[in-house]
Order: sequence, then structure tokens, then C-alpha cells
Amino acid sequence: MSAAKVKKKLSLLKEKLTSIVGEKNVDDSSSGRLVYSYDATPNYQAMPDFVVSPGNAEEVASVLKLCSETETPVYSRGSGTNLCADTCPVNGGIVLLLKRLDQILELDKENLTITVQPGVITKEISEMVEEEGLFYPPDPSSMKISTIGGNLSENSGGLRGLKYGVTRDYVMALQIALPNGELIRTGGKLTKDVAGYDLTRLFVGSEGTLGVITEATLKLIPKPESQKTILALYQDIEAAGRSVSTIIAHKMIPVTLEFLDQDTIKAVEDFTHIGLPTDVKAILLIVQDGPREIVERDIHSIAEICRSEDAVDVRLAASDEEAEKLATARRSALSALARLKPTTILEDATVPRSEIATMVRAISEIAEKYNVRISTFGHAGDGNLHPTCLTDARDQDEMRRVEEAFAEIFEKAIELGGTLTGEHGVGMTKAPYLEWKLGAAGIDVMRGIKQAVDPKGIMNQGKVFAEKTKERAVAAK
Amino acid sequence: MTATEKKKIQHDFKEKMDYDELLNCMRCGFCLPSCPTYIETGHQEKYSPRGRIALMKGITDGIVEPDDDIAHSLDLCLGCRACEPVCPSGVQYGHLLEDARSILQEHKKESVPVKMLRKGIFNELFPHQNRLETATSLLGIYQRSGLPKVARKIGFMNLFPESMATMEKVLPEVPKRKEIRQRPRFFEHENEKKATVALFAGCLMDTMFFSTNNATIRLLQKAGCDVVIPENQLCCGALHGHSGELGKAKEMAKENIDAFEAADADYIITNAGGCGAFLIEYDHILADEPEWVERAKKFVSKLKDISAILVALDFQNRHRLKLPDQIVTYQDSCHLRNVMHTFSEPRLLLQSIEGVTYEEMEGADTCCGSAGDYNIVQPKMAMQILDHKMEKVEKTQAKTVVTANPGCLLEMKAGIERVGKTGEMRAVHIADLLLEALE
Ligand SMILES: Cc1cc2nc3c(=O)[nH]c(=O)nc-3n(C[C@H](O)[C@H](O)[C@H](O)COP(=O)(O)OP(=O)(O)OC[C@H]3O[C@@H](n4cnc5c(N)ncnc54)[C@H](O)[C@@H]3O)c2cc1C
Ligand code: SF4
Ligand code: SF4
Repeated sequence: MSAAKVKKKLSLLKEKLTSIVGEKNVDDSSSGRLVYSYDATPNYQAMPDFVVSPGNAEEVASVLKLCSETETPVYSRGSGTNLCADTCPVNGGIVLLLKRLDQILELDKENLTITVQPGVITKEISEMVEEEGLFYPPDPSSMKISTIGGNLSENSGGLRGLKYGVTRDYVMALQIALPNGELIRTGGKLTKDVAGYDLTRLFVGSEGTLGVITEATLKLIPKPESQKTILALYQDIEAAGRSVSTIIAHKMIPVTLEFLDQDTIKAVEDFTHIGLPTDVKAILLIVQDGPREIVERDIHSIAEICRSEDAVDVRLAASDEEAEKLATARRSALSALARLKPTTILEDATVPRSEIATMVRAISEIAEKYNVRISTFGHAGDGNLHPTCLTDARDQDEMRRVEEAFAEIFEKAIELGGTLTGEHGVGMTKAPYLEWKLGAAGIDVMRGIKQAVDPKGIMNQGKVFAEKTKERAVAAK
Repeated sequence: MTATEKKKIQHDFKEKMDYDELLNCMRCGFCLPSCPTYIETGHQEKYSPRGRIALMKGITDGIVEPDDDIAHSLDLCLGCRACEPVCPSGVQYGHLLEDARSILQEHKKESVPVKMLRKGIFNELFPHQNRLETATSLLGIYQRSGLPKVARKIGFMNLFPESMATMEKVLPEVPKRKEIRQRPRFFEHENEKKATVALFAGCLMDTMFFSTNNATIRLLQKAGCDVVIPENQLCCGALHGHSGELGKAKEMAKENIDAFEAADADYIITNAGGCGAFLIEYDHILADEPEWVERAKKFVSKLKDISAILVALDFQNRHRLKLPDQIVTYQDSCHLRNVMHTFSEPRLLLQSIEGVTYEEMEGADTCCGSAGDYNIVQPKMAMQILDHKMEKVEKTQAKTVVTANPGCLLEMKAGIERVGKTGEMRAVHIADLLLEALE
């Protein structure tokens, strides 16, 4: 298209967008577009043509309809904290900002559900229900900033995933705006519902590639009566890994079982100054919740197991405040690691929890092989590790080695019966590897679904489906 | 802005911005919930720390041109630095902001009168304490003349932004110039001697808030300090640094270091959070001048806020502090809290006063909207922030709102005036309140 034609097309589009959401809510200034050109993923940035902020579900649907008709790419966005470049508007078009849909619509204490708009901040939900003695368990480390819409679309997990599962496990009903401009509702406030395909689950974790979630009803559970936190310290990383497997093998399911290696401990301590021991090679942060006696008993047994697996020390958090401080410190791990080097690339490889020790060892061997610096922390209890590479995007040679190292980490994870990503999503960063996990036939099923729901292919272009699958270093078995 | 101006600005961003620091922001967004302008603008990324850093980087990378929108985004930043202590990556946002503002300021096309006025204020007035005294004494003459009443009556102040008009009402009574001039430069300790301290008297603190400085000196004496007020000290330079006049700020930093070295004290004491935060970064401002760095570091290592030194010397346990029964609350000075990291000490001091029921205010750690000259250049946002702040103040039911910085003090006074509570509620500097509690 000639420049003049493009300009004309854009001005026409602007006019139509404005008529749907109002002038104030269409931004095409260069600063306005720039600040929505990125998310928390390093090295990805692209300018949208417009940033559009609808005020209700109907407006969202109308915008999508318009975009389908004009074949304009749509990138939905909550708070832009995702780590797989999922909100980066690679093909221009519009960033659909869902911040204005920020109402908590209903807290239903009889059915134990809460109904919210997608732009509500996750922590707000958590705090509100806890005041009522209820509990919404999914707690991604970014919960102070991330929106529930983003959590649903990434199927986010958190520190409590081991015992309580992930976002998906708490979704009962959705309202979705489809690319053709229809609004549909899936699910309901029902514990049992087998009417048709499970569309609710289809949209959860679909990373904005199918439609826009405009409302969600979430399941709540009673708030656990008490909780206790311990820190187990190790001078041997693998011993920490073994402890994780042994705890689970003893049929103990703590609510939180987090792993931090020495680099991570140091970085976190440097930020929080809460007195983490920086002279140990690894820490497990373990929390159990539930009825008081059971918590006491479990924590005692877990401490015993850690000691028998060569923990050099096991400490009990003295108070709830101290426990909260430890959890908050853990939540800052990723960003704290970013202090060490200009670019921080985090991955999300996940293995069955029996393989944690093997995976931890493999990661350090791979880092050595490619001469890159990788620190590891993560939700060890559910096998979800975050090997994090500390590098500098300006060093192209190193960046190439980083990519190779991660490819090998993915390969190893899959070989161990694991997956590419446990909670952060595929987006652009893992798209080239997705076929390793799903196989060509699996990708075809996904393509068929995408085609049926979004025939014009406007939703989150460039994500999840790769143009080219990365070649494996070692041929698939 | 013309195309050539934009080019020049872009060039300077490439040359002068600290690119490592820009990259250090990993865009996690942890800072967003702490930023008052992000909150007050209904969560617009453009007015968030992450967004502002992206804009600075965008100019540096050549992705966007510097335009009025970007300048506005930076102008609207309070510089409160609430985004720094919450940033796990340790991004030095304040430094980035200072550098960016300095570049934009250099290239700013201002009308001749504005340029003259800025030049007058920044180069001719603030670096010269005697001239500042003259200026404030003019204010004193104005205050004593009965003119304010007339001015208010004929609605003269209505010609100014609302914030200015309110401000005018709450300005403290300025002392006579003679009084300032005649104050001695040395005060001997009382009780057991603990330390020798040099007082950073400040420009406005030593004119408009002269009595607060005197209270500070009295407290230090009582705490066992010999107090020296070094001659030749100047304004700290914060106003310059924050408004993009970094060159001038550097000169002032050097003169101050000189002046305080001569005093050879154990500590250098400030009682204005804003000044303290600027002084404590002298080593950063002078980082590229090798012959100054060490001297600046030594200066910085001695710096303490009045609350911090009093607690360090156990003042609250060695003296009986008593006030009539009342609820007291505390509004943090952003710079004292976020840059000097002093926030528990003032609370501890207030809690140790008999008769005081200390009520922590929700959001005491967020900016009140004063932020240097912010309430003058961004009156609308400043007032919006202040009004929300006052809702929180009123919730505590406090009779006394304590602050630790002259700007915050005036802002809280203006806030009290705005909600029509003058008379029932008051705002005071912590030094003044402690002295009151002592006597
Ligand atoms: C420091 C840090 C820690 C993190 N910790 C965790 C963690 O512990 N666990 C975890 O799982 N993740 C974590 N994340 C990743 C990220 O926070 C989550 O993926 C989060 O759910 C994203 O929410 P958001 O509101 O920022 O969404 P965005 O990043 O804005 O969007 C994420 C995706 O959702 C889509 N989307 C957003 N809203 C809608 C909607 N209403 N309808 C349809 N699609 C939509 C977007 O198109 C995009 O594909 C972390 C990130 C950071 C920076
Ligand atoms: S918290 Fe720090 S690293 Fe994260 S976005 Fe804000 S400035 Fe950047
Ligand atoms: S200094 Fe204050 S206003 Fe400016 S970006 Fe940081 S938190 Fe926001």
C-alpha cells in the first residue's frame, strides 16, 4: 500500500474507533503508542497504530467487529507484565487496553464465587475475599500489578500452585467478546456442568489469540485457618532438589515449596535486606497451611526430611509478618536478579517433580557448556523452575549462546516428561519450540480451533503459532 | 519544537543519558502501584515510572521524537521517587529524570521574560543567601504592611492559580532580616557532650522557616551537641537539579562541600527532607569530577536528618516530652523517606511524647503534591493529589499533622485551609513540635 493510502486507511479507522469508544479513548500520539509497545519481556518492542480503551463489553465487541471487517490486528492488554512478549503489537494495529473494565461486580457468599471485570488487579480480589474469610489461591508474583484478565489468558500460577493449582482451576464462567463481534457466555456458578465442549477452559490460557475476556466468575474456597513457614538451607543444590522430591514422595503437599539458588538469594537480599543467609548454595522456602495441628505436624515432618537430605539448617519463621516478608522477598526474585546484568531472560521450563534434582543439575551443566550465566529459582514443588539468564542484549555472540542454551534446556525438560512453560505462556518467545511439545498434529488441532473462532486471524498475531519451528539439536526420539 | 531542535535533543539523549541505567529497568511494572501520577491519571502508562523510562529510552534509541507530550509526561512527574525503593532491579529513576530534564531544559525555547525570570531565580537569587533574605524580607514587609488583607479583599490573589492563592494565605510570618543576621554561628551543647554537628541551614529554611531552624538548634543542644552553622554555605541546589539546571547545582555543591569541610563536624544535620535528599547525592552529581568525588563522599557520609540524629543520641529517652492530649499523625517527606530512608525515626519520636495518640495515616508514604515547585508549575495535578491526601488526613481525626520538610509543611497547611479546618487542625514541622513538647 502506498503511504498516502495507509494514511487514509488509518484516519478512517480512527474515525470509526472514536465513534465506538469516544475520542478520549483512542490514542495515536507517538508517546501514547510507545508506552504500549512493550511488556515485561526483554528485547521485544513494536509500535501499535492506536491504543484503544473500551469502557464495557459491548464496546469491546464492537471494536473487535470493526477490526475483523478491516483486518486490523488486535493485541489485548492488561498490565503488560507477561514474560513471553504476548502483548507486543508486532504487526501494528491496535492495542486494546482493558484497564477501564476494572469493577468487581459481585461477591456471592452463598455460591462462593466472585464476578469481576478483566481489568481488576489480582491482589484486589485476593484482599477483598480474605476480608470475608474466603480465599482466592492463585497468586502470581506479579499479583500487585497484573490484571485478572491477564492471569486468565496466561493461565497464571503462583507460589501456592503446588497445593491449590493455577488460575484455570478457579474459573467457573466467562463472558467473551469474539472477533466477529458476538458476546458469549460460558460455564456458570455450577460445580457440575457437562453441556458441550468446555469452552471456559479453552479460553483460559489462550493468550489473547481467540477473543477478549470481558467478565469472569471465579471460584472461592474457605480461607485456611493457619499457616507456617520454614526456610531450609543447603550447601548442595542437588540436595535441595532431592528434598523436594522426597517431601512429595512422603505424601506431603505443602502450599508453597520454592527454590532459590545462591545468585538469587544474594540479589533478593540486596533488595529486601530481610536477613536471608547469602553464604548458602540454595534455599527452600516451604509453607504449609490448614488446621493448626496438621500444619504443626506437617512442618515438623518436612523439616525432618530436609535435615535427612543434608539441609545445613532449617529455620522457622518467627511470626506471620516474617513469613509474609519471606514470601514478598521471593516474589521479587526475578526483578531483583535484573540488578546483576542489563538483560535478564527468564524461562519457565517445567518437569515432573520427581525430576527436579536432575533438571537443576542439567541446567547448571548446560550453562557451563555454553558459557552463559544462569541463575535458577522457582516453584520447585510443582516442578516449575525459572532458569534465568543474566546477559547483555548488546553482546550478540553471547545472545546466540543464550538461545542455544535455552533450546537445550527446553529439550531436556521435554525429555524428562516436562514442558516448555509452566505458567508464563508461549507468546513469541516459546512459539518456535511449541511443536516439540505438541507435535505437528497437535499444532494442527490448535490451528483448526483458531481458524474456527478467529477466521480473519486478527487476534494477537505472531503469538503461539510460529512461522518456523526451531530445529532440534538432538533428533526427536 | 522544530525538526532541528528535536534532532539536537535526540543527540544529547544519546550522548548523555546513562544507557545502562535505562536498560536496568526490566519493565516488570513493580513500581506502578506506588506512583501517584499513575494512580491519579487513571492508570496511564505514560505517567508511570516504567512508561517514563520507556519514553526516555525511546528518544535515546531514536524510536520516538521528543515532543510536547513527552515533555509533559516528564513535567507531570513529582520527582517523589516513591518508585525507587519498590524497584527490585534498583533502577535509579531520580538520576534518569534529572538528566532527561536537564537536556530538555537546555533546549527549551522559552519566551524572553520566562528565561529572564528563571535566570533570575536560579542564578541570581537562590545561590545568594543575602539576596534571598532580601527577597523574603520583602515578603515580610508585605505581610506586616496589611497589604495581604487588601489584596485578598480586592481579589488580587484570584488572578493567580488557586494553589498560589491558598499558598499565600498559609505562608509563615517571615522574621525581620536583622534577626536572621544577628543569630550567632556557634551554640554550645547542654548536658553531657555527645557530638559536634554542623547545621545545614538551607535557603528557605533559614529565612521563611527561621524559627524552625532555631528549634532544631535548641533540640541539638539539648541532645548534647555543639552546633556550628558554617559560613559561606549555600542553598543545596535541589531546585536547580530538579528543574534541569544541573550545571549550576554542581557549582553550589562544591561551595557547600568547601564550607562544611571547614567546620569539621561529626555530623551534618538537615531538617528539610528535600534538601537532605539532594545533599546526600552530591557524590553522584560530582561523579565525573575525580578531584571532588572523595570529598563529596565524605560529606555525604556525615549527613543525617534531625530525627535520625535525635534517635541516634537517644534523645527521646533522655528527655521528658509532653503535650496536651491529642491525636497526631505524620506525613512523610518523600525525599526523606525514599532517598534518605528516614521514616521510622520521626514516628518513634512522636510516639514517645506523652499525651500524643499517634495515628498512622493511610498512605502517609505517598506524596502530598508539594514536590518542590510542582504545585506552582502543575497546580491542577498538585491540587488533585492534595485533595485525596486530605481525605486520608481527616480520617485519622488528628489535631496535629507533622511534617519534615518545608514544602510539605506549606502543602499540608494549604490542605487544611482548603478543607476549611484552619483553627481546629494544624500542620507543624517535627522540630517545632518536639521543642514544644520539651518546654
Ligand atoms: C516480576 C514478575 C513476576 C511474575 N511472576 C509470575 C508468576 O509467579 N506466575 C505467573 O504465572 N506469571 C508471572 N508473571 C507473568 C505475568 O505477570 C502473568 O502472565 C500475568 O498474568 C499477566 O497479567 P497482565 O495483566 O500483566 O497481562 P498482560 O501481560 O497485559 O497480558 C497477558 C496476555 O493476556 C492477554 N490478555 C490480557 N487481558 C485479556 C483479556 N481480558 N482477554 C483476553 N486476553 C487478554 C494479552 O493479550 C496477553 O496475551 C510474572 C511477571 C513478572 C514481571
Ligand atoms: S520496578 Fe524498576 S525495573 Fe520494574 S518497571 Fe519499575 S523501574 Fe523498571
Ligand atoms: S518520582 Fe514519583 S511521580 Fe515520578 S515516576 Fe516516580 S513515583 Fe511517579
